[in-house]
Amino acid sequence: MVLKTLDVLGPLHGYGIARRIEQISGDLLAVNQGTLYPVLLKLEQEGAITSDWGASENNRRARFYRLTREGRKQLQVETQDWEQTAAIIGRFFEVKAEDLS
Amino acid sequence: MKSLRRFFERLFSSATRQTQEERLREEIDEHITLQTAENLRAGLSPVEARRQAMLKFGGVEAMKQDYRAERGLPLIEDLLQDLRFALRVLRKSPSFAAVAIVTLAVAIGANAVVFSIVNALILNPLHVPHAESLYAIQHGNEASLSQSYPDYLDLRDRNRTLEGLAAGNGAQVGLDTGENPSRAWINEVSGNYFDVLGIQPYLGRLIHESDERGPNSAPYIVLSYAYWRNHFAGDRSAVGRVVQVNKHPFTIVGVAPPDFHGTLVFFNPDFYMPIVNAEQVEPQNHLNERGHRWVFMTLGHVKPGATVAQAVADLNSIGSYLEKTYPQDDDKRSFTLARPSLYGDLLGKPMRAFMTALMLLAGLILVAACANLGSLFAARAADRSREVALRLALGARRSRVLRQLFTEALLLSAIGGVVGIWASVFALRGLSTWQPFARWPIYLTVTPDANVYGVAVLLTLSSGFLFGAVPVRQVLHTDPYEIVKSGSLGKVGRRLSVRELALVVEIAICAVLVTSSFVAVRGLIRSLHSNFGFEPRDAMLADTDLTMGGYSGESVPQMQKRMIDALKRIPGVKSAGLIDAAPLASGGFTGGLAFTDETTDLRPGNAAADAYQFSISPEYFEAAGTALLSGRVFSWHDDKGAPAVAVVNQEFARKVFGSVAKAMGSYFKKRDGTRVQVVGIVGNGEYSSLTEDPEPAMFLPILQSPSTQTYFVVRSRRDAGQLVAAIRNAVHELDAGQPLYVEPWSQAVSGPMFGPRMAALSLGVLGAMAAMLSITGIFGVAAYAVSKRLRELGIRMALGAQRKEVLQAALGRAIKLLSFGSAAGLLLGIFASRVLASIVYQATSRDPLVLTGTVLTMALLGLIATWIPAQRALSVDPAILLREE
Repeated sequence: MVLKTLDVLGPLHGYGIARRIEQISGDLLAVNQGTLYPVLLKLEQEGAITSDWGASENNRRARFYRLTREGRKQLQVETQDWEQTAAIIGRFFEVKAEDLS
Repeated sequence: MKSLRRFFERLFSSATRQTQEERLREEIDEHITLQTAENLRAGLSPVEARRQAMLKFGGVEAMKQDYRAERGLPLIEDLLQDLRFALRVLRKSPSFAAVAIVTLAVAIGANAVVFSIVNALILNPLHVPHAESLYAIQHGNEASLSQSYPDYLDLRDRNRTLEGLAAGNGAQVGLDTGENPSRAWINEVSGNYFDVLGIQPYLGRLIHESDERGPNSAPYIVLSYAYWRNHFAGDRSAVGRVVQVNKHPFTIVGVAPPDFHGTLVFFNPDFYMPIVNAEQVEPQNHLNERGHRWVFMTLGHVKPGATVAQAVADLNSIGSYLEKTYPQDDDKRSFTLARPSLYGDLLGKPMRAFMTALMLLAGLILVAACANLGSLFAARAADRSREVALRLALGARRSRVLRQLFTEALLLSAIGGVVGIWASVFALRGLSTWQPFARWPIYLTVTPDANVYGVAVLLTLSSGFLFGAVPVRQVLHTDPYEIVKSGSLGKVGRRLSVRELALVVEIAICAVLVTSSFVAVRGLIRSLHSNFGFEPRDAMLADTDLTMGGYSGESVPQMQKRMIDALKRIPGVKSAGLIDAAPLASGGFTGGLAFTDETTDLRPGNAAADAYQFSISPEYFEAAGTALLSGRVFSWHDDKGAPAVAVVNQEFARKVFGSVAKAMGSYFKKRDGTRVQVVGIVGNGEYSSLTEDPEPAMFLPILQSPSTQTYFVVRSRRDAGQLVAAIRNAVHELDAGQPLYVEPWSQAVSGPMFGPRMAALSLGVLGAMAAMLSITGIFGVAAYAVSKRLRELGIRMALGAQRKEVLQAALGRAIKLLSFGSAAGLLLGIFASRVLASIVYQATSRDPLVLTGTVLTMALLGLIATWIPAQRALSVDPAILLREE
């Protein structure tokens, strides 16, 4: 989700990411925003994202996260994986008894 | 790939914690500010807006914890934390740390030394390629590897399972490089020797099969690397020089590589020469004698694909062919294969057994050390039970507490291990340069390699875990509630625990070793003042072999007489004589069978005595300081033309003639049938070792029983240094090319003293180790007892107990264990010294000095070991203690 958000919206700071995820999910995924930061750190250590200091909307110092090329690749792979998984699960839901006979 | 990258990131960020922490704080601040601003826009009051923002963010501290765990490597960070804590704790109790480190250093160092020697002697002895398939041919019926040269040639040419068979034979020669002729040890080698072993030259070339074209056809020598460095100053132009070996010209063709010392692990020859030239350096030529087994060792690689059993079968078929073809020379020829490095089974078997025993002993020392440290650790854990309880009560996991204790144990063992390995490297360096026998090139180069370090590190870690594990149960059963409430109070056992029993055994072993080393030292001192049958003081031995100067036949005795005359002319010399093998100073004694005059069947079984046979010049007894009991000494007229005569010792007279009185003037027969008349009797003496029983000996005139091997005995009170120079000059004036080795007889006697000295030394070292272990063991038990009963002792003191009673209560048990152990050990030691008697001269433990010495030593050990706990018990301040609890 983090990767997709950054992919769509470009560089964002931590708060921005948290807000977007809330908005996109329609406030259904309202977890503690703090849990975002360890995830960001892990992604950064893996090299999927990178971060720099920059100025936020109200001109304060904020850390902006940006997708790297590697991150984009990872996103692609994960998107594919997810679609595949979803498709498989989907088929199970669509299946009816007569289809199997 | 991804996880690897992450690992390095985490490792890196462990180091830059400070800035990262700063960054996180800033980010959280920013996040909350932004959320607050958003909430404000939504119309909340500033206070409520911030509260909501915080709520939405969730627990800041918990999140920080997660963040940190993700960021760094918690395992390593915890470890560093534990290490810092352990260092602080150990610094607070330096005596405990010192005891533990020294104990471990000694135990691990001992193991490292022993394992290095095992490694050098048995596991990885010869630095030749493919050593695993290299075998020496050993006789099937006896542990001997020597062959006759013709047999060697047959074995070499007829076998189909060995990749070539090489031969080597050690010998001593005189080497004259133009200045200062000296003696050198050589290896006479077959032409294929280096090629069979796969050795490449360091300089020049080696000897090859193509050099051999019949007897004396290959006047080439190859220097060993060490000899080239020491005697040719590493001069590269030495290759190509012509030198004189026993007065025959030889060309130096090359230098062997540095790590090649021949094929016997402890014998280091100075150079190698072709065995086909042996005639030029040996007193006799045996190249064509099939019955004379003089070639020291034959060895080769078993062909790849062939098994050892196949190779042995192949050799045995050659053996039965030899038996059939040459029945008169040798009866039995069956063969086995054995490792060459320790001369087959002859030395290999006892050496392996000895080293195994030594390894076991070293292992035992380490286990004992761990047991002692374990009890010390348990004592400390008991002391720290409050600390542990507090940590548990504050929510520390038990595993975390245990990890901290193990970190402490491993830290100690690591320091001890490093110190131990460092010390063992020094000890080994000393051992490598140590030459126990000055005359022989016998030494063992031991350099610790990766194997040794690996084993040492393994031992260090495992011993850390071993003694660290002792207090585990104690910690696991700690009930924080109970301890914080009431303070610790363990049960003080009445029963003898396993640990205490082990300590008693330890102390007993220590006492045995202390007793034995006292016995050995006393024996050693006594043997220095005993009667050898000659007087080594003020006597100089100058030994040489006249074959080294190129003499043979009639010229030998003539030259010997001229040399004696020259030695007598040296100012200050009282007398000078010669003997072919000096008692207690040389090996290679000749044995001679003596028969009674009536015996006609001169089979060995009928001999009246198997005696030492010496050839001496007329002046020998005077120069050696041997007293003539009756009769006369020889004169230079007792020559080939005169009747055969002998001087014998008392034991000989008693054995052959029944009594000294009957012997004078009587005749006995030698193996060859010669009738010899006894013209003089001398006292008994020690000949080859200090512990031998009186042995029969006969002395024959050098002119009637000639020998090229010559020991001049020069008696003089002059300063040893001057005398050595004067003796050299006197001999070299007659023949400048005759090598000569001069040393005081008293110094030469150290050869046979080697056994007792080593026994005393190794007993001493073992005794010291055992003493150290006993000290730490008693210390551990006493310290544990004191710390467990500290409160009780405090109350007793508060109630007015005397110092003596307190000490008795605190240390009674430790002292009791010590006395039990010592008494048992002393008794055992008295029995053990009977065994010692075979090595050490007149060893006896029924010697008041030995007994008092042992008792005093054990008491001293007890005092040292209980000193610190006793101080602690006495310094208990009841007021402080009771308030604390």
